[in-house]
Amino acid sequence: MSGTRKHLLVLGAGTAGTMVVNKLRKRLPADGWGITVVDRDDVHDYQPGYLFIPFGLTTPEQVRRTRRPLIHDGVDVVLGAVERVDTEAHEVHLEDGRVLPWDQLVIATGTSPRPEETEGTLGPQWHREVGEFYTYEGAIALHDQLDTFAGGRLVVHITELPIKCPVAPLEFTFLADDWLRRRGLRERTELVFVTPLDGAFTKPVASRTLGSLLEEKGITVEPDFLVERIDQERKVLVSYDEREVAYDQLVTVPLNKGADFVAASGLGDELGYVPVDKHTFLATGHDDVFALGDASNIPTSKAGSVAHFSVEVFVENFLEHVAGRPMTHSFDGHANCFVESGHGKALLLDFNYDTEPLTGTFPLPRVGPLRLLGESRANHLGKLAFRHVYWNALLPGRPLGLPAEMSMAGKNPA
Amino acid sequence: MTTTTIAGHEVEVTDEGFLARPDDWSEDLAPELAALIGLRLDDEHWRLIRFLREDYAVQGETATLRRVSTQTGTPVKQLFALFPGKPAKKMAYVSGLPKPKGCV
Repeated sequence: MSGTRKHLLVLGAGTAGTMVVNKLRKRLPADGWGITVVDRDDVHDYQPGYLFIPFGLTTPEQVRRTRRPLIHDGVDVVLGAVERVDTEAHEVHLEDGRVLPWDQLVIATGTSPRPEETEGTLGPQWHREVGEFYTYEGAIALHDQLDTFAGGRLVVHITELPIKCPVAPLEFTFLADDWLRRRGLRERTELVFVTPLDGAFTKPVASRTLGSLLEEKGITVEPDFLVERIDQERKVLVSYDEREVAYDQLVTVPLNKGADFVAASGLGDELGYVPVDKHTFLATGHDDVFALGDASNIPTSKAGSVAHFSVEVFVENFLEHVAGRPMTHSFDGHANCFVESGHGKALLLDFNYDTEPLTGTFPLPRVGPLRLLGESRANHLGKLAFRHVYWNALLPGRPLGLPAEMSMAGKNPA
Repeated sequence: MTTTTIAGHEVEVTDEGFLARPDDWSEDLAPELAALIGLRLDDEHWRLIRFLREDYAVQGETATLRRVSTQTGTPVKQLFALFPGKPAKKMAYVSGLPKPKGCV
């Protein structure tokens, strides 16, 4: 290390962190900038794949790889858990006592489900009658559990927003409906969707479309339900206003929170997300700390597509920032999400901070091939193909030909 | 958006009845808004309403239920007792703030 060489330290080697170090290694001079990325382990999961594991549509091996081969040469990889960030001293302390200095810091440690936050979740039936699909272990356990399901009340439940991939619980419900039909169990099963929201989704336009899909499929929605505890003995969800929802098999989405060190370092809001400027990702009150991906508090979906589009904007801004120039690029909150609707079909949502999901085609006006806010087989195939794109193009930082900024061409408000 | 008269003030409201402009709100409007959803305001309600107004002025968006609970030290259960059924929405409504986004 030369004395004049500066250091970019990236915490988290998930979707956003991996893309950032790979893209910036190509753009920052090696003699001027060292780049280090820290993660607690060497396992990188393609998280959208978890959704398919319970139904046997994806195998666990297909979603998991080791991190190191995904990270370009010239980037130092440090394995260890972060204890705290010292923004005054420009140091990151790891739990094992190591101290890493930095000139610029990127926090990309994501968000994770916290079942311990809701009373009764981690009882004897956790990962059995009380299942989840937001972790590798949980998705596999749910696959085994569903194999024994013979009918009854199957309840899909969201604890609190925001959550990673906000459409995934709906997709799970649609896929469950399809799976139950194929097994001859649908007639014997009551499918219930329990949400703290007043409808199926947060964006009103998408909520209407997805809400009518739930109705068509005979799925009951229990809105405005904020869970206080899970009573595993009586097999009921109990809300703060003392309503109860009974289940035979529960699939819960626990409270999501940012990494613990974020709160311990005084960098987080009440859920451990880093408050940032929603257009530049610069942490509020700092000029050398950024937060990307699910770790920040930006008001759009916590999803890989957002990580992707925001990294594109961030990289250009960061190069200006370290050259001492103002950041001239601005993230518009662009997200696009495939929504599996079962029976080999999916919808595609495309929206940003200011625009509701639109109808039309994506990525090309009038040509598509993907259809926005409507079910199609091409959308489903697009979703399945994305796993390959993720490993081979997105993470290595190859251009996908998708503009980071949302385009209105060929799209119409619904 | 429609215009309506509450407590002698002409205000613009959204399709769901929330004040369209938080600046139209004043303390004499709150009891009237509360009455429209069957609430009578006591000191506890007022403590939370004042927090919501101050927090909105700084943050630029309506506090979530969790934020109200952690920042004011009020258990969620008590928020449900004070604003039955839909506390996040009812608090925002009485405080003249936009409907909470519930995030995305």
